[in-house]
Amino acid sequence: MKDDQQPISRKAFMEELERYRKGSVTRRHFLGVTGLGTAMAVMGGSLPRMARAQDIGNRVVLATWPNYHDPADFDAFTDKTGAYTQVNVFGSNEEMLAKIQAGGSGWDVFVPTNYAIPTYVDAGLIEPLDLSKIPNYDPASYDPRFAEAGTIDGTVYGVPKNWGTTGIAFNSSKTGGVVDSWKTFFDGARDQFDGRVMVHDYQLTTIGNALVYHGFSFNSVDPAELAKAEELLIDVKPHLYAISSDYQPSMRNGDAWLTMCWTGDGKQMNTDMPEIGFALGKEGGEIWSDYYAIPKDAPHKDAAYALINFLLDPEVNAREALAHGYPVADARTNALLPQELLDDPIIYPAAEALSPLEFGAAVTLTDPNRAELMARFKSA
Amino acid sequence: MAMTRSRARALLLTPAGLWYAAMLLLPLAVVLIFSFGERSQIGGYAPGFTLEQYANLPARFAAFRNTLTLAPLGTLASLLIAYPLAYYLAVKVTPKWKTMLLVLVIVPFWTSILIRSYAWIFLLGGKGIPAFLAMFGLEDVRLLNTPFAVLVGIVYGYLPLMVFPIYVALEKLDKRLLEAAADLGTPPWRAFLQITLPLSMPGVLTGSMLVFILLMGEFLIPSILGGGKVFFVGNALVDLFLQSRNWPFGSAVAVGLVLVMLVTVGLYTRAAKRFGAGRDDAALM
Repeated sequence: MKDDQQPISRKAFMEELERYRKGSVTRRHFLGVTGLGTAMAVMGGSLPRMARAQDIGNRVVLATWPNYHDPADFDAFTDKTGAYTQVNVFGSNEEMLAKIQAGGSGWDVFVPTNYAIPTYVDAGLIEPLDLSKIPNYDPASYDPRFAEAGTIDGTVYGVPKNWGTTGIAFNSSKTGGVVDSWKTFFDGARDQFDGRVMVHDYQLTTIGNALVYHGFSFNSVDPAELAKAEELLIDVKPHLYAISSDYQPSMRNGDAWLTMCWTGDGKQMNTDMPEIGFALGKEGGEIWSDYYAIPKDAPHKDAAYALINFLLDPEVNAREALAHGYPVADARTNALLPQELLDDPIIYPAAEALSPLEFGAAVTLTDPNRAELMARFKSA
Repeated sequence: MAMTRSRARALLLTPAGLWYAAMLLLPLAVVLIFSFGERSQIGGYAPGFTLEQYANLPARFAAFRNTLTLAPLGTLASLLIAYPLAYYLAVKVTPKWKTMLLVLVIVPFWTSILIRSYAWIFLLGGKGIPAFLAMFGLEDVRLLNTPFAVLVGIVYGYLPLMVFPIYVALEKLDKRLLEAAADLGTPPWRAFLQITLPLSMPGVLTGSMLVFILLMGEFLIPSILGGGKVFFVGNALVDLFLQSRNWPFGSAVAVGLVLVMLVTVGLYTRAAKRFGAGRDDAALM
């Protein structure tokens, strides 16, 4: 009995195997003493379960944003299911859309932002989700503001990952204080912060915030308003440090003092360098939410569901949030997060700071005039 | 007998033929077809026949202008740096050192151009060369994210492509010509101008052509060292395909680039031929 409960050592196993091969012990003795007999009996009894676990395959491909996961969680997923997570990192929703549109992306899970989902649905590129395969998703515990964009005409296409804002990161030791308005951002770029300001290489936010500077909607596609935004951007361009969405290195080494910045990047920089702060533009700006979704042509759909379900487990989700610093809309996850994180004004800004912000609209992403404006800005 | 020979020839040429058909003609045909189409509502390609995309080409005029400024400049700068280096390697250095120095020219290719360009971010960034200059009182020098940084990256990245063709041309140079010139009282600088330089021209032309053609399609170095502010045609293409997903216009820009390249390279070879012919006469005189 004792032999059955104690796992056999590797050395003892090899000795028993050798004895069995030489014929000095019977097959029955070998299976009994090594525990393989018991193992085979157990496996035989639970074959359907084994088969299911093997079905998800050994690989799942995730297309996501930079600095947006805790790699240890992917290791935990591999330990649990045997499937290895291959991570592809992207810089913009357009880029993701372009890859999926071209076909054969090979992705199983991707992370579209709220405004991109209608486009994927219109183009038939995204799979309606079978929520029975994502038991960890509990709609009741989610703030509907950050979950509703995943549902279109009553069909769920995406389940919420994180939400966040696009604000301003500033190096207070260089800027001499908090920068919390797009007015100071764009005017300062041409004045006291000359050559030290970065804007995203992303039309949605760069044009959006230039529109907000003029008091227009972040989502405007009105030609006259876009013309005003273009005038501002082209005037500012010679004074910019860079047009790039990879702003952390330049902010950290002190070359850039001010940048458009997503919540989690702001939090990550603030944690390492307290002099780098993050503020929302008081005139407005963007609030967004990201969703887990599955492309129609995903090659490993079972693995995709398993990965989404795993990452939405409140315990895992809390570990993810601690690593990337983006807020979560799931009350169960927030209950597991330390109080100082929930009180952090970068991650969970006060409601009144959020109120002027706007969710990006589907047309803002796909409007050809905004794309052309961005090209003129970059080549000017 | 003749039958089999021609059959053998056909058989041997089949792999290359298939390769060119599949890898060159087919994609080129797709690009041409796309360039006459329309952008669909959500981006991508919608079939159609319109010249609208070509009519819209002036919208990327700035990108063409930047490319046509920086590509020749980069080629010229590479040439000016590569020639003395190649001359030294081919003519001056002892055979013992030659191999080692040649290997040193190749060594950078062992690492991806992406990584090497990133290294320049640190060299040109605030804590790199500008910090060094600041020690000598040159405060607040900005190098990174400027056209200058792009030019540095270009010369750095493409230098070996210029060095080798020139080196090969100079290596083959018949030293007896120089001895004869010296015997007849020609000063070394004239011998260089009348013998060495003209005879190394094929290498110069090949190197320049290699660098120039590759530079016309460059997008990596401008986007890494230009901070997104230096915009080449290559960057316009990346944005059109990966950001705004305007494939028809992107295709038209690509066709435009091919045409510009054909014209500039054509003019260049003609000019080079005339120049080369003139020099040959001079060398023979």
